[in-house]
Amino acid sequence: MSTVGGNMAAPITSEADGNIKENSMFLKKTLSAVPPLTLRIVAECPVTKARACDLTLPHSSVSTPVFMPVGTQGTLKGITADQLEGLGCQICLGNTYHLGMRPGPELIEKANGLHGFMNWRRNLLTDSGGFQMVSLVELSEVTEEGVKFKSPYDGKEILLSPEKSISIQNSLGSDIMMQLDDVVSSTVKGPRVEEAMHRSIRWLDRCIAANKHPDKQNLFAIIQGGLDAELRKACLDEMTKRDVPGFAIGGLSGGEEKDDFWRMVTLSTDHLPREKPRYLMGVGYAVDLVVCVALGCDMFDCVFPTRTARFGSALVPWGSLQVKQKQYAKDFQPIDPDCQCPTCKRHSRAYLHALFKSDTAAMHHITIHNIAYQLTLMRSVRQSIVEGRFPEFIRTFMKRMFPSPDQYPGWAVEALTSVNVTLE
Amino acid sequence: MKLELSKVVQGRCRLGQLKEIGRMGQHSLDIPGCLLYTHLGSVPHLTQDTLHTLSSLPTATQVTLSNMLWDLKFVLIDPTGHTTNKTVSVWGSGGRTELTVAKFMALQRTVQPDWYQAMADGETWQTGTSRKRVRKSVDRSLAHLDECLMVHQKSQELDGVSVFGVVEGGDILEERLRSARETAKRPVAGFCLDGFQTGAMDQALRSQLIAAVTEELPEDKPRLLQGVGRPDEVLACVEAGVDLFEGFFPFQATERGCALCFRFDVTPDPESAGRARLTGVVKISGETQPNGDLNCDDQTHMTRFEMDLKDKRHQDDFRPLVEGCGCYCCRNHQRAYVHHLLVTNELLAGVLLMIHNTSHYHSFFRAVRDALANDKMDLLRRRVLGTVKE
Repeated sequence: MSTVGGNMAAPITSEADGNIKENSMFLKKTLSAVPPLTLRIVAECPVTKARACDLTLPHSSVSTPVFMPVGTQGTLKGITADQLEGLGCQICLGNTYHLGMRPGPELIEKANGLHGFMNWRRNLLTDSGGFQMVSLVELSEVTEEGVKFKSPYDGKEILLSPEKSISIQNSLGSDIMMQLDDVVSSTVKGPRVEEAMHRSIRWLDRCIAANKHPDKQNLFAIIQGGLDAELRKACLDEMTKRDVPGFAIGGLSGGEEKDDFWRMVTLSTDHLPREKPRYLMGVGYAVDLVVCVALGCDMFDCVFPTRTARFGSALVPWGSLQVKQKQYAKDFQPIDPDCQCPTCKRHSRAYLHALFKSDTAAMHHITIHNIAYQLTLMRSVRQSIVEGRFPEFIRTFMKRMFPSPDQYPGWAVEALTSVNVTLE
Repeated sequence: MKLELSKVVQGRCRLGQLKEIGRMGQHSLDIPGCLLYTHLGSVPHLTQDTLHTLSSLPTATQVTLSNMLWDLKFVLIDPTGHTTNKTVSVWGSGGRTELTVAKFMALQRTVQPDWYQAMADGETWQTGTSRKRVRKSVDRSLAHLDECLMVHQKSQELDGVSVFGVVEGGDILEERLRSARETAKRPVAGFCLDGFQTGAMDQALRSQLIAAVTEELPEDKPRLLQGVGRPDEVLACVEAGVDLFEGFFPFQATERGCALCFRFDVTPDPESAGRARLTGVVKISGETQPNGDLNCDDQTHMTRFEMDLKDKRHQDDFRPLVEGCGCYCCRNHQRAYVHHLLVTNELLAGVLLMIHNTSHYHSFFRAVRDALANDKMDLLRRRVLGTVKE
């Protein structure tokens, strides 16, 4: 067990000269130097690269490995803040791009930041807006200045620069902010990838300089480099020179091959500092989560669980269950008999099946279940790491998820082998 | 089911309690009151957690048949309380279904609600319905009632379940009286007044007809009015002798993106000076579906009793929807946030608005009961209509 983080001063000992006033002044200085993020490594898996940590952020502490649900527009799609808290969620996401457009940073600042606006007491992570611009919007131009794009609401041209992104995120007041990175799809090859990697480093420096609240808001760097090991390594070398409180692994979870994906993840965690959190962006499928924890990642986010819920797809340890399908019309079991979430404790598949035809609440029930599933999964992963049985957990998990060993995804088997876990 | 009246005003307007409801007879309902509106036993937009942020919900939950008609072979309900089955039109989510009494009763035997209303013919709401057609609806409804009762008495599954007779008659006084008298002769537990829904006739005629009808009905049995939910109409109908209403009005407002904000405070309260002013546009509610039944595309217009939260003026208004409202939404969120949710088409808007609107509406009914108890109905009416000078 080790306690690390920032500039934590040594504890005050009684061998100090007994001058109370001096001690309390020393204490005051210590407290004011407490960084907005500390990571305490609670356990490390002796077999894989997995860790279980306590991440302390301004609004509350977070147990890792952690899955962060995505509340894009300042709301988690039909779920109240109380319900989310009740599920044990300690940190969730908001999107700078969406919120920056509507209702805008000025209004949110007036509302006491995004926490105040949504009335969310725990932690918030905001991304930079970079990804949405690539995935959602008609891209005008990427220059050294920033990303120019056309607003979908009024057609006006907007420039999202590192400074602007950080300014919006400062207004949102999130506990963790992401740098603006030059995002390039993982399927793109060639010199553009290298250009984007280098630019992301320069933009990181501009983001760091632009952060108005380094004492309250943590700025994470995002490692880029596409699927090129050399470029990734170069990016890692450079970005880890900067004193940021945490690192994200970006540019993956796009359309790339899983075989390339896991190799870049493990390369990244090999070269990221042990005592800072590693956030793998856009990863949320159960298998991916378990494998990437084994590869050394601590934090994850993904829209998948909440999005798929709204289509009636419930996540379960053996895959997923499409509640709207006819076969469930007369199935009076809960979605998962072992699940303790409010939905499974009260409702049957048949009821949810019927409810989908008549009310939006059906989506909410499944959303609640899916979030519960993800959070419970991570909790179990963490527990197994703490108890020193994570490899066993992985094996059990995979057995449950796939009907037979020959159905285990090849990339997962390879990735796990690389960290000394052999599946059957 | 037993009706205990504690007060009757002008021989018509009643205050009391409906007791021994339910197959075990263990529930009661304050009247005047309204039922909890649901889709398939679930309050729209709400799961158990969000529903239970509401205190003092009525014990009776209403489930409409049209929600269940997609498959007549079996019906699925997770009981959330008591269910009342309406005879609704035969339009289900799968289209039109012909319901015979036999089929209808088969449904009741499967669902086993705590109380239901007999199958009836209520297609008299269109203006210009002929006398002949109205007469037919009365005759048919009586015939259906007799048949339902016959099957009911023979059905073990319906032991302890109450049946309400449905009074029809369109806008024709003689037919209304005939329907009331004849229905009252049958061994029913209470009466549903059908064909009076908002849009079918103006309030003056409605009050007149209802007053005449309730005159013919036994005092000791409850009267439920279908299809009327607007606060001013509710007040007028309470005064005409109605005990129970359907609770769809909050849902309609929610679907419009509006928050109920009409006042109903009658106690002299210095704090009430800080309450939200009425900002609604004066546009009277238009069409409803036949039998007051609703589907999700209900296009009723905004009423004077609500505010349109999509309006830009709420963009940076950090006050709660209604000051002093104790609902989850008003305790935790502001107009600016709900406005944002509506503008961005977020699902949470429906959840929060449904919570607030349901809370506001049921509190209104509590205010009606209090006003009746304290002879303040006149003040309440003026307060609700916004005509009290501060």
